[in-house]
Amino acid sequence: MTLHPLVSMILHRLALGLLTLFAISLFIFFAIELLPGDLAEEVLGQSATPETVEAFRRELGLDQPAMLRYFNWLGGVVRGDFGTSLANGRDIAELLAGRFANTLFLAIYAAAIAVPLSITLGLLAALYRGSWFDRAVNILTLTSISFPEYFVAYILLLYFSVTWGLFPSIADFGSDADLSTMLFRTFLPALTLVLVVTAHMMRMTRAAIINLLAQPYIEMARLKGASPVRVILRHALPNALAPIVNVVALNLAYLVTGVVIVEVVFVYPGLGQLMVDSVAKRDIPVVQACCLIFAGIYILLNLGADVLAIATNPRLMHRK
Amino acid sequence: MSDTLLTIRDLRIEGRQGDIWQPIIKCVDLDLRRGEVLGLIGESGAGKSTLGLAAMGYSRDGTRISQGSVTFDGMDLLGMSERRRRGLRGKRIAYVAQSAAAYFNPAHRLIDQYAEAPTSIHRLIPRGQAEQEAREIYAQLRLPNPDEIGFRYPHQVSGGQLQRAMTAMAMSCKPDLIIFDEPTTALDVTTQIEVLGAIRDVVRELGTAAIYITHDLAVVAQMADRIKILLRGEEVEEQPTRDMLAAPKEEYSRSLWAVRSFTSEEKSAPASDEVPVIRVRNVTAEYVRGAPVLDDVSFDIHAGHTVAVVGESGSGKSTTARAITGLLPPVAGAIELDGAALPAQLAARSKDELRQVQMIYQSADTALNPKQTIREIIGRPIRFYLGLRGKAQEEKIRELLSAIELEPDQFIDRYPAALSGGQKQRIGIARALAAEPRFIICDEVTSALDQLVAEGILRLLKRLQEERGLAYMFITHDLATVKAIADYVVVMQKGRVVEQGPKGQMFSPPHHPYTKLLLSSVPEMDPDWLDTTIQDRKKG
Repeated sequence: MTLHPLVSMILHRLALGLLTLFAISLFIFFAIELLPGDLAEEVLGQSATPETVEAFRRELGLDQPAMLRYFNWLGGVVRGDFGTSLANGRDIAELLAGRFANTLFLAIYAAAIAVPLSITLGLLAALYRGSWFDRAVNILTLTSISFPEYFVAYILLLYFSVTWGLFPSIADFGSDADLSTMLFRTFLPALTLVLVVTAHMMRMTRAAIINLLAQPYIEMARLKGASPVRVILRHALPNALAPIVNVVALNLAYLVTGVVIVEVVFVYPGLGQLMVDSVAKRDIPVVQACCLIFAGIYILLNLGADVLAIATNPRLMHRK
Repeated sequence: MSDTLLTIRDLRIEGRQGDIWQPIIKCVDLDLRRGEVLGLIGESGAGKSTLGLAAMGYSRDGTRISQGSVTFDGMDLLGMSERRRRGLRGKRIAYVAQSAAAYFNPAHRLIDQYAEAPTSIHRLIPRGQAEQEAREIYAQLRLPNPDEIGFRYPHQVSGGQLQRAMTAMAMSCKPDLIIFDEPTTALDVTTQIEVLGAIRDVVRELGTAAIYITHDLAVVAQMADRIKILLRGEEVEEQPTRDMLAAPKEEYSRSLWAVRSFTSEEKSAPASDEVPVIRVRNVTAEYVRGAPVLDDVSFDIHAGHTVAVVGESGSGKSTTARAITGLLPPVAGAIELDGAALPAQLAARSKDELRQVQMIYQSADTALNPKQTIREIIGRPIRFYLGLRGKAQEEKIRELLSAIELEPDQFIDRYPAALSGGQKQRIGIARALAAEPRFIICDEVTSALDQLVAEGILRLLKRLQEERGLAYMFITHDLATVKAIADYVVVMQKGRVVEQGPKGQMFSPPHHPYTKLLLSSVPEMDPDWLDTTIQDRKKG
């Protein structure tokens, strides 16, 4: 039996993804090994005697060779056991679950606003290219992407929270908030993220559409009497999906993995903050687990983008 | 209802070049009655397409209609609002483009594109009826599987079928006028005859008026009631088809007829013991394992001789060239240069072996690096193959430019963008000559050029061959070119050589059935040619 090319491509890419994850875990583990100091020194401080440090290391298993610790850890991961945090002894899977849910919530929140917004703006900018609207959208989105995220975040805080008092400045919504409270409390960080990612997606949409407008089949659509809106939505957009989907995927990945600064500004208990703390503490198992999740998100989103790009391309879906 | 459908008066169209507007159409008048077919002919750059589009009130980006009037069925096309113009386009005036593959949207099925104008855009009929009509018109245009073919995507259909599907699409709203812009130029002759017949039948049956744009006189002779000749945006003359063919009044019109006259004497066959420059011996090649695209191909090319390889697209002409140049190593058989086997792989060939085999391409536009001057383009192979530098290299470049009849001082520092199509092709020839090869593959080198320019290129190639004893392999689908330049002809079909022999023998009966089909498909000036040929085939 022959598999549909799409299915075999997905399987192939998933296998490659696993390989990538393995390479990343190796890289991260030994990169952190290279950092000076370890957890024992961090926890016990400078005044500790060498004997105490040594004893503590033995207790954590840090006295074993790096290679052995890595493979012990890897063996656990393959069985689904991420181990326990060196810093506080908690189960890592449990520790991560809550944080990951928070990060995902914020990412989905921001994406639900940013993706439709930027694609609509991109399409409108392409439709009215060269007009004042096109220029205004370009200038505004470029401005928002040009400022560092923490600057955007603090400006939003200053006005929406401090001056006008509309939204809270601390985004942590505790453990038993309902959805509307969650949406309300995380509005400012979500807005910051929207401002950061919209420009990229909007400009790509606009460029991909305009790039196609010189195509002969666009002229044909015009010669059949199609209106400008119809030309763009029905004739240009289906052929521009591949580049747009790719940029969207890249930005979605960023919303999950690149939001540490926003989390810190708004005191939001997400995965990024946990990872930064764990690096500082040399809590290698936690850092490893975070990295694997981030890498996995990247791989899955890119795979999703490629699958969509193929699924929307008749040349690849329907062979001769 | 008046009898006049379209009137164009004093039309002027300008195109932007940098900051200035240059005239493309200068003061052209045109009249078309209902159901009448007007042939519009001229060389590239004559403004045929621009004029055809103006008949729809449409001007491309970077062009503008600066003056004049276009009246369609009593309505001022240029004065009305864009919305009203859109309401006429596709519905009452439709367009059929040259390259159907580029003018069909790759993202939608044929039937969706057929149905778009009558259902979604102009809202004339429900979808079900549009599909039913599509099937009928597909059948009328003799498309295979008319019930099913509409549900394919453009890339799943051959070029000739796409061209007919595009004609069907233009018919979808039963327009009063169709603009045919070179609808068969991109097709093989054997396909062209079918499409021509199909278009003419449908146009006659529905009583549609048409403007038929082409550069091929023989084609327009079959299709048009009247012929208008354009030159550089101006009308040269207009006459009913038969009068025009019998007695063109203007000098330029007569010159269009005369270009087909260039022929060369066939050279005597080489001595039987002479070693050919290139011998293709039992070559089989494939892109996919087990599916040969070349099957046991053999022929010889001797010094000073021209071998023309003819056949339809997909027959293996260009693949043979790829095998000879080493780009596609054969799975069986061999290529010999001067009696010694050439390594199959390009990478395994010595610099001298590479030097001996050169290529000239169909599209000089894409074959020349736009960021390099003529000096760099020609200088590079001189340095690479001959090791000449500095003054010696410069002299050689100038010598080559003189050889291709371009004044060195004038051209050496230009970029390709500052050259005409014919001049670019000459640079392509000079670049091949720079290696001082013994054998040159010419891949459709004249098919993108106008007839007069093409003839100049053929004469130049002929002269260079005589001076330098070059062997040519001429890949072409144009039998007039074959008649003009070949000594020996190889006919290919589906990767096999079906017939080969000296030119005189190949152009006189008896023929192999496929050769006969090819020869009889070349349009002739006789306006009755299409009818008689199609009838002959039905009988046969």
